[in-house]
Amino acid sequence: MMWSSWAQRALRLTVVLFLVLLLTQAMTLLVPGDLAVMILGENASQDELAQLREELALDQPLLHRFLKWLGAAVRGDLGVSLQNGQPVAQLIADRFFVSFELMLYALGLALILALLASLLAVSRVGTWLDRICTVIALGLISIPSFSLGLFLILFFALMLGWFPATGYRLWSEGVVVHLSSLFLPALALALVEAPVYFRILRTDMVETLKRPFVMTAKAKGLPKWGVLTRHVLRPSLVTLITVVGLNVGHLIGGAVIIETLFALPGMGRLLVEAVYAKDLFLVQGLVLVVALVYIIANMLVDALYLVLYPQARGMERQR
Amino acid sequence: MSMFRYLALIWLVSLAFLAVSAPWLPLASFEKIDFINEAQFPNESSWLGTDGMGRDMLSRVVHGAQVSLAVAIASPLIGLLVGGGLGLLAGYYRGWLEQLALVIMDTMLAFPALIFALLAVTYLGSSLLNVILVMGVLSIPVFARIVRGQVLLIVNLEYVTAAKSLGVHPGQILIRHVIPNIFPAVASFFLTVMATMVVAEGALGFLGLSVPPPQPSWGSMIAEGREYLEEAPHISVIPSIAIFFTLLSLNLIKEK
Repeated sequence: MMWSSWAQRALRLTVVLFLVLLLTQAMTLLVPGDLAVMILGENASQDELAQLREELALDQPLLHRFLKWLGAAVRGDLGVSLQNGQPVAQLIADRFFVSFELMLYALGLALILALLASLLAVSRVGTWLDRICTVIALGLISIPSFSLGLFLILFFALMLGWFPATGYRLWSEGVVVHLSSLFLPALALALVEAPVYFRILRTDMVETLKRPFVMTAKAKGLPKWGVLTRHVLRPSLVTLITVVGLNVGHLIGGAVIIETLFALPGMGRLLVEAVYAKDLFLVQGLVLVVALVYIIANMLVDALYLVLYPQARGMERQR
Repeated sequence: MSMFRYLALIWLVSLAFLAVSAPWLPLASFEKIDFINEAQFPNESSWLGTDGMGRDMLSRVVHGAQVSLAVAIASPLIGLLVGGGLGLLAGYYRGWLEQLALVIMDTMLAFPALIFALLAVTYLGSSLLNVILVMGVLSIPVFARIVRGQVLLIVNLEYVTAAKSLGVHPGQILIRHVIPNIFPAVASFFLTVMATMVVAEGALGFLGLSVPPPQPSWGSMIAEGREYLEEAPHISVIPSIAIFFTLLSLNLIKEK
């Protein structure tokens, strides 16, 4: 029965994925006037326009175009870029790793920061320490990623010179060089996420602290930190895991701003370039990858949830 | 905290006042280029300095506030009316209508928001109206979800059941019993969405896709200041501070 509900969710997510892709295609209908003219510009010759219309199947109805693309996509053919004729799958593959690494790096930093801050805050609920953590979180939540990234560049790169301001260095240039070139962008993303995670974790931990088994653990004379990390933390992770799952999907495509600001060759920047150039196949391919990551992340979270909370398995039927 | 909430309210109200009355205020031009006085630090003649093209920063921040506030107010209203309406009906009537609405909302939520905004603004062309519409569409599913969730909490309570069994018209029940009770939660959520809209408009502006120049937007001002980060950091920092205070104020008012 656990599997059936999981399969049901998977089916639902597949429908959602299908609709997301259809919607991307349908958005070309928003273009006022001729799509081919918009892509090639006013000065394109009739021959060029006719060729592009042929290539994009613009004379066909939207659904037909979409199914044609989908049929090829299922076989791994995402079409070619309208800018330089390179295969879309190849272009995305080249950039995917950078974004994925940035996402993991940022997620790791955010979770460490949030975990440390909430343990600190919860160890002394209601004291000045708790309040300071809460105020810092409120302040950080009020700074958008582009401002934050800019401040980090201004302070750590230009004033202190500890990290490079922009640019991406390969692993082959050395582990330290590589990781420090990604540190500021990852930190910028992490500082946007961490206060959100902190607030969720702190609220849930404060709730857990009121439960009887925590009192038992305390009464047994277990050390405070042991109680917090071993008894209070795990039952308090429910909401956090769900939110992290939702955010991972958004981070991989949502790093557009940070990748642009730090001049990183990731998918976010590829997307901005593709959108500016109206490179339809590339845009469609990128949406596919981002939506897939979003869906896979959500399914992983569901699985992780069942591993962490075996007691939820029996309740699956009711959900 | 209450003193800070007053300060927050004062900031938002004065920002709104400045934005609305900008045409009648004795502000310098926000678009007059003056290369002799470029990238000036704050001084007596221009209180917040000038940007890389010698344009008055104070005037640009105030005119940027027009864009931010317009998007922050108009877009969530679209989301509230359309999404909230959908959520109300889905939560009250349930059944296949609810399932259909949920799948549509899931699709809109799974669609990466920034990608949607980038595509829509590029295809439609960038103008204030288009930015407001696109952001409004993006906030429809979030309002639908929150309103539906709130309605579900209320719709089975005794007084609603009582009203139903007395044969009160559904519209009457929704207006008299349901809406007043979900109002506080939805109003608090509205402030959250307003803050998100300020950030989102800033992000679009940062990528050069919000309102077309010369109309300034806080995001585009921050992006333009990147070139001068070392010599004249105030060009990026001042609009960043404006965004920070605005978001902080919205967050402070929302908290209890």
